[in-house]
Amino acid sequence: MLSIKNLRVSISGKEILRGINLEVKPGEVHAIMGPNGTGKSTLASVISGRDIYDITEGEIIFKGKNLLEMSIEDRASEGIFLGFQYPVEIPGVSITNFMRTAINEQRKYHGLDPMPASEFLAKMEEKKQMLEIQAKLANRSVNEGFSGGEKKKNEIFQMAMLDPDLAILDETDSGLDIDALKIVANGVNKLRKPDNSFLVITHYQRLLDYIVPDIVHVLFDGRIVRSGGKELAVELEEKGYEWIKAEMD
Amino acid sequence: MEKDPNNILDEVTQGEYKYGFYTDIEMDTAPMGLSEDTVRFISAKKNEPEWLLQYRLDAYRKWLVMTEPTWAHIHHAPINYQDIFYYAAPKRKKELTNLDEVDPELIETFNKLGISLEEQKRLTGVAVDAVIDSVSVKTTFTETLEKQGIIFCSFSEAVQKVPELVKQYLGTVVPSDDNYFAALNSAVFSDGSFCYIPKGVRCPIELSTYFRINAANTGQFERTLIIGDEGSYVSYMEGCTAPMRDENQLHAAIVEIIALKDAQVKYSTVQNWYPGNKKGEGGIYNFVTKRGICKGNNSKISWTQVETGSAITWKYPSVVLMGDNSVGEFYSVAVTNNFQQADTGSKMIHLGKNTKSTIISKGISAGQSSNSYRGLVKMTKRAENSRNFSQCDSLLLGDRCGAHTFPYIKTENKTSIVEHEATTSKISDDQLFYCNQRGISTESAIGLIVNGYAREVLKQLPMEFAVEAQKLLSISLEGSVG
Amino acid sequence: MEMKGIIMDGISTSFNIKDTLLKLFDDNIGSLSEKDTPEIAEMRRKAIAVFARQGFPHTKLEKWRNTDLSKVLNHDFSFPMEPQTQDVNFEEIFRCDVPGFDTHMISQLNGCFIDRGKTLLQANTGVIACSMAEAFIRHKDHIINHFGKYASISDNGLTALNTAFARDGVFIYVPDNTEVEEIIQVVNLIHSEGDIFVQPRNLVILGRNSSLKLVQCDDSVDDNTGFINSVTEVVLSEGSRLDHYKLQNKNNRSALINNIYFHLEAGANLSTNAISLNGGLIRNEANVKLNGRGAHADILGVYLMDRNQHIDNQVFVDHAQPDCTSNELFKGILDDQASGVFNGHILVRQDAQRTNAYQNNKNILISDKAVIDTRPFLEIYADDVKCSHGATVGQLDSEAMFYLRSRGISMENARMLLMYAFAAEIVNRISIPRLKQRIDDLVKKRLRGELSICEQCVLHCSTKEQKVVFDIDMSKV
Ligand SMILES: Nc1ncnc2c1ncn2[C@@H]1O[C@H](COP(=O)(O)OP(=O)(O)OP(=O)(O)O)[C@@H](O)[C@H]1O
Ligand SMILES: [Mg+2]
Repeated sequence: MLSIKNLRVSISGKEILRGINLEVKPGEVHAIMGPNGTGKSTLASVISGRDIYDITEGEIIFKGKNLLEMSIEDRASEGIFLGFQYPVEIPGVSITNFMRTAINEQRKYHGLDPMPASEFLAKMEEKKQMLEIQAKLANRSVNEGFSGGEKKKNEIFQMAMLDPDLAILDETDSGLDIDALKIVANGVNKLRKPDNSFLVITHYQRLLDYIVPDIVHVLFDGRIVRSGGKELAVELEEKGYEWIKAEMD
Repeated sequence: MEKDPNNILDEVTQGEYKYGFYTDIEMDTAPMGLSEDTVRFISAKKNEPEWLLQYRLDAYRKWLVMTEPTWAHIHHAPINYQDIFYYAAPKRKKELTNLDEVDPELIETFNKLGISLEEQKRLTGVAVDAVIDSVSVKTTFTETLEKQGIIFCSFSEAVQKVPELVKQYLGTVVPSDDNYFAALNSAVFSDGSFCYIPKGVRCPIELSTYFRINAANTGQFERTLIIGDEGSYVSYMEGCTAPMRDENQLHAAIVEIIALKDAQVKYSTVQNWYPGNKKGEGGIYNFVTKRGICKGNNSKISWTQVETGSAITWKYPSVVLMGDNSVGEFYSVAVTNNFQQADTGSKMIHLGKNTKSTIISKGISAGQSSNSYRGLVKMTKRAENSRNFSQCDSLLLGDRCGAHTFPYIKTENKTSIVEHEATTSKISDDQLFYCNQRGISTESAIGLIVNGYAREVLKQLPMEFAVEAQKLLSISLEGSVG
Repeated sequence: MEMKGIIMDGISTSFNIKDTLLKLFDDNIGSLSEKDTPEIAEMRRKAIAVFARQGFPHTKLEKWRNTDLSKVLNHDFSFPMEPQTQDVNFEEIFRCDVPGFDTHMISQLNGCFIDRGKTLLQANTGVIACSMAEAFIRHKDHIINHFGKYASISDNGLTALNTAFARDGVFIYVPDNTEVEEIIQVVNLIHSEGDIFVQPRNLVILGRNSSLKLVQCDDSVDDNTGFINSVTEVVLSEGSRLDHYKLQNKNNRSALINNIYFHLEAGANLSTNAISLNGGLIRNEANVKLNGRGAHADILGVYLMDRNQHIDNQVFVDHAQPDCTSNELFKGILDDQASGVFNGHILVRQDAQRTNAYQNNKNILISDKAVIDTRPFLEIYADDVKCSHGATVGQLDSEAMFYLRSRGISMENARMLLMYAFAAEIVNRISIPRLKQRIDDLVKKRLRGELSICEQCVLHCSTKEQKVVFDIDMSKV
């Protein structure tokens, strides 16, 4: 699915990712943990194609294609979805309109006709119910005036609508209340299929109780310094990052 | 939103101006140039009463000694007023009683524009007074409206049918010497629409008119007069398209609205005159005076405009709030691209007590264009406890364009409150990235964001216009980002 | 030497004053140009030609639509051409009434610098504060490099007139990397037997990474008509910092035209605050050019006018380079028949990307005869900018009013409190504590109507000042 080799990335001369290697196979869930400012969101943005970074070395292959040569929207149409850590507000653009545009543009990329309105509306309805999203929310502008938790829920809703092959969820759990966390995790679990994968960035082991990862990575100072099973997350929760730091030194 | 089959711009999908075709109809034109004779010719042609001829001549004499205004933030080559045809009418073979008798070329024009009169009649309930150049060719729905006492006809027809009403109100809101272009229009106006809603009548349908400049070198000088009698309501829509021409064409219209006690008039415009090509050649000069007066207490006038066309737009739909508790509104979206110039805004003159006005203006500039908001809010001494709120935002797409805001606020009493806010910004990279990440191309993302940005104004438009306006916004900006 | 203006009947005599001034120039060009370099002599000739062409501004000009000079020009003015310092005891006619305001005070009488023999503490480090007349002779380098370089004569007839006659005023120079510790206070006084027309010309130069606190006070000490046409050029070199205040307390017959041109290079930081408390006609034109990356300007003002006073603030901020920020806030309270004008203009030039500009003008009218015209303009040619502006005219916030009254505060006091709070937003930004306290007092007095008790009051009357006490703790507002 996704294969990252020796990826080095810097921004305004400062190196943030210093040789990342990562293999994600279809059907797998990977969790990425690590202290603040170590480059987790940077990695997610680089995979999605945000162009403010300098990629100095390495490659990203997705479903056999070289991602680094693709535009942001083509990567999205190829099946990459990013649930943002800080979703941006787009005033005046309703979620309905936004999703319809996104779905139809992605379909166009694949040579398909626009989705018929009735089918689209039915899908909206289904996903809203799945995530227990109030009907009102869909008529509001994208993220405008949303609470922190509502924004995160809205990200998962969009993921459900777009049905990606690889979903990168950047701290989707932060800001969610306990019930919402369960709903979101349930949603993710329902979307899990043998042929799609997840990259879950989180600080808390709690989310991983609901979305059980196959592999847990620790990103530290721009490198993956340790990978293991889900018990690694438990260990981190108990001991913090100090011991890893200590081991490295 | 579902596709509206009657949408005249429904099929517009290319950025290039689509309505650039000519209609080859024999024209009955006045000699080129402007003189007292031209004015007399026009008046005679229309079989006008003496007072109207005198009104025109008086305006013409005033115009002679006036000078073109220079204060607007626009630049253009000097206009040669002697190089313009001031009257052009499609030749009528006989009175038209049904569509079959209409010149087939004209029907063809309508078809290209998407206005099939019969279709419109059946499907939409929109009465159309289509103006091709200067003479109103066909008016529909007149009968239905007549039953309620509503008069909706071409201006020249009104002069024949209800001369006393025309005489009573013509020039009362926009005096013939109001400004240079108003004087010009008052002298040579050719035709336009007239609308009278009687006391207590709520006009059951949206009244609509499409204007179209056709003949080469024909200035278009419409005159529109709308009178809402006590307690009446009407929603009026004006839409404009003009074919592609190389020379600039002058358009100097006047719209006057009178709202008597408790009356409400809503006037919506989608202006899509030919903006000139990508190099800034050609396009319409749109110098328009639009003004309404809330004459009676509790009356309301609301202007909504979506301006995407014209090489130059100079236009300030205004409301004089004379009656106590009267309300004035102005909602505007103005898009400029390539070399377009727009200097537009509104004036709200508060005379009555407890009057309220709202100005919402959204300017979007791209290419090398220039987009200015210019507005005046005046609270006179008598206008106690009045309020104004203005919000004027500019969105910039590209680093070669200009966005300017020139509000004037004058307050002469202590109980009124005036608030003006404005922001200028560009679409943020974060917003674009967010849209791109969902698979939306940059061009669509800009269309989406711009429409969202203008939503406050677009939602004021009648349904028939809203869809069209949204498309226009996206189309006008096509190719504006690299 | 004096020249009298010729008074014709009523309507406009500005034409005649204009002729008088033109003649005065011709008669005095020899002595005016005596110390001039050829460039400056040429500048004077150009300037007088501009004035000859444009004359005094009139209300047909867009920028002067609401400020009519014809009345204030309609006087039998004298035009002093030489300083008259001999027989004046400055201490006698003026005492700064900011208690404990410890400054290096420079005085100007009728537009001319008065040498009172005081020297700056840092004079030995190269800091200069002297008269322009002296600078024309002794600091020619600075004059050649800066004089007339920022105050454009082509589009402002008054600046042109001032430039043509420029001879005296204040010259301040701060060398690179020098922090001037003393606050420099320039007091401009008008004192004469009859009506007088004066034209001070000032030049302030801040070297790289230097800093200065400058307070300009405009006061009247009698009730004659004074017409002041003042021009100040201020250069802020890279990384320099200027904290600038204009304190205006003039009589009701005076007309004060204050043209000031700030030129900021990269990383320079300007804070200027115009505090107008009294004056028949005051027009402040602040021109701020942000001419280097990272320059920042705070342009603030507060005006409290009443009776027939007229205040006109014109602010032009020119974002000529990328990455600059400007922040403009003017607040005014107008009572009686007072009239106010605010004209803010922000220009963001094509390549001035990442500009951040903010502009706001807020007004309260407390009488039905007071009038305000406000025009906050934005003219923007760059796309990566954040600009916003606002203007409000209104009453006191009725909700706040309700809140205060529901706490048992009387209507009158609640009104006063809110007006005070309104002005305090500007006053609180004065960074010189003594000055802030003083202005704060003046504002309170102003709001209680104590400053307009007698027609001529400009605070320097002999009656002892009363302590201003509010019923409520103002610090809680
Ligand atoms: N646009 C930028 N310009 C400069 N530095 C940046 C930029 N974006 C990120 N950085 C820096 O890169 C480093 C990694 O940031 P990143 O957001 O990837 O961290 P993170 O691991 O997601 O942290 P958190 O757990 O707090 O979300 C940080 O030091 C951050 O300050
Ligand atoms: Mg992060």
